[in-house]
Amino acid sequence: MKPESPKQGASLEEVLEDQNEYKYGWTTDIETDKFRKGLDEGIVRAISEKKNEPQFMLDFRLKAYKKWLTMKPPAWPNVNYPPIDFQDISYYAEPKPKKKLESLDEVDPEILRTFEKLGIPLDEQKRLSNVAVDAVFDSVSVATTHKKKLMEHGIIFCSISEAVGEYPELVEEYLGSVVPAGDNFYAALNSAVFSDGSFVYIPPDTISPMELSTYFRINTEDTGQFERTMIICAENSYVSYLEGCTAPQFDTNQLHAAVVELVTLDNAEIKYSTVQNWYSGDRETGKGGIYNFVTKRGKCQGEKSKISWTQVETGSAITWKYPSCILQGDKSVGEFYSVALTNGLMQADTGTKMIHIGKDTKSTIISKGISADKSSNSYRGQVKVNKGADNARNYSQCDSMLVGDKSSAHTFPYIESANSSAHLEHEASTSKISEDQLFYFQSRGISRENAISAVINGFCKEVFKQLPMEFAVEAEKLLSLKLEDSVG
Amino acid sequence: MLEIKDLHAGFEGTEIIKGVDLTIKKGEVHAIMGPNGSGKSTLSKVLAGHPDYEVTGGTVTYEGKNLLDMEPEARALEGIFMGFQYPVEIPGVNNSEFLRMAYNARLLYKDPDAEEIDPLDFEEILDAKMKLVEMDHKYKERFLNDGFSGGEKKKNEILQMAILEPKLAILDETDSGLDIDALKAVSQGINRLISGENAVILITHYQRLLEYIQPHFVHVMSAGKIVKSGEKDLALQLEAQGYDWLTAPAT
Repeated sequence: MKPESPKQGASLEEVLEDQNEYKYGWTTDIETDKFRKGLDEGIVRAISEKKNEPQFMLDFRLKAYKKWLTMKPPAWPNVNYPPIDFQDISYYAEPKPKKKLESLDEVDPEILRTFEKLGIPLDEQKRLSNVAVDAVFDSVSVATTHKKKLMEHGIIFCSISEAVGEYPELVEEYLGSVVPAGDNFYAALNSAVFSDGSFVYIPPDTISPMELSTYFRINTEDTGQFERTMIICAENSYVSYLEGCTAPQFDTNQLHAAVVELVTLDNAEIKYSTVQNWYSGDRETGKGGIYNFVTKRGKCQGEKSKISWTQVETGSAITWKYPSCILQGDKSVGEFYSVALTNGLMQADTGTKMIHIGKDTKSTIISKGISADKSSNSYRGQVKVNKGADNARNYSQCDSMLVGDKSSAHTFPYIESANSSAHLEHEASTSKISEDQLFYFQSRGISRENAISAVINGFCKEVFKQLPMEFAVEAEKLLSLKLEDSVG
Repeated sequence: MLEIKDLHAGFEGTEIIKGVDLTIKKGEVHAIMGPNGSGKSTLSKVLAGHPDYEVTGGTVTYEGKNLLDMEPEARALEGIFMGFQYPVEIPGVNNSEFLRMAYNARLLYKDPDAEEIDPLDFEEILDAKMKLVEMDHKYKERFLNDGFSGGEKKKNEILQMAILEPKLAILDETDSGLDIDALKAVSQGINRLISGENAVILITHYQRLLEYIQPHFVHVMSAGKIVKSGEKDLALQLEAQGYDWLTAPAT
């Protein structure tokens, strides 16, 4: 009698099979007020009017719109997608009814339930005690928690629409000061039509008593989400800011073109962390998913100031994103820590730019790319040292991990130095999760799913340890979930 | 404890094991010797359940259960330990964390309600076991096998054996690539772990390991079969005469 061959564990490919079970793929059934599709000057004016904006805002938008009309989408990223019909998108959607919300009691309970389901309870009893949350639903901010407590410290944390009304002089001073309206195609588009986002101002000599965070949820089909976030950290201050995002599962692509501007004055520090989990499209066909075309940039304006970007990118059909630092103040420090996971047919072209302008400026880049299935994962990074940036230092490390043999990883480092005192180091590696590694774990009694997460977490450790604790746990779980769903 | 009957197995369609019979009882130490390519290492991988190897015939019974039906991790949890000839390097995974994962996996398998051991308590166990195999403590915080010398990799295998306390240890070429000091340390570690309660299969090409570890039985494999079995003196005979007299085609 011939016995059956030993039943071996699922192959690595099978293990990765069902990771497409995106658990945030549901929609909230709620009436939305959505602008007609298409973009023209009338739409730009209507958005500004809808938000009762002062003249300077309308001028900013119109200038950006006119600039945008002369621009073309960038062709250089290592991603492929059919041309986007910008007239087939609605540029504004908000949950009805629209009225000024005085308290959380007035927020549609359906929306509160939505955020609770996403793990972000907003109401007084359940909300997180150590994190203040600004919840953005489609194009508007629906609630911000802990506002009063923060105000006692002089910290402003509100939606950017509210900031435009309440603190116009701050907004006018800094809006577009880091990412000018015409910076690039998508930044120009955002500047013309941005709907909402978060605004943070930390006054001098203030350490924020809690983490600030924004949670973005795209709900409505065929709308674009164009949020704008501004964080200004004044002299000797510190804030840690977190950003999370999810979207329902639709067959059509949704455009997300955000702009984030950070400014640090003397001795100030901003730590900006993102866990991005937008819907990434069908794993087999590539249908649907978010196009995530984002411009994030920070300016270390003051001496000895510091901006640190940490991102865990696990979603979106296409990611095009380079959180950057302009190191203008002497002795300022820029950091970029990134984990980008692609699977299915996802394409990511992500990295950073470190522009050294001030003397004795220092930057660190740690990038970890994980590509599975048929996905493509590119790191693109620029380190630029200007003439006056004496003793600039950069350390870059770009590691790629391949899972299976159909995925690809690419590295595009650009280094430009106009100052001979610069000290620049670049390291890169490519590795693979091998069957032999997994078998080694199994032969010690450790399951394949635990083995995969141990290897992945080990690979990403340097980045995860930069995240605030709760986020690190979340990020670890998220990666494991993406890579292990079907084991069992 | 382990009963192998007429086992046939191979790799990518090529049959390598061509009918092996072997019975191992509690408390026994068996040495499997043989020239390169005779199938010794393949046998160890089949017993551990490596997915690249396919069993095409025969049975393997371990403690009354059909071993070939079990996942590799289940085999490990049931008390089988494989000491690898080439332990794989796993950068990013801390050695002591890995050992603790393995320890906890076994703990929870034995008693699903047990509490996982915390890092501090585990450290005590680990320190004692490292002493047993004469391993430097600096290897605790290193990445798993990453950049370890050949000798340290093998010591790390025996350390894992010491921590997991298997019922049946299959040690594949544990002596290969070791200098004499490392060989002594590794052998001593293995000797300390051998008891009347467990069994060991030593797979080796050379007799020198057997100067340090006394086997009860010696088997010679050639062309996928066990061609000769005997007691310890068979190893000495092999050392003196080589393998040719056993492996040469019959005339």
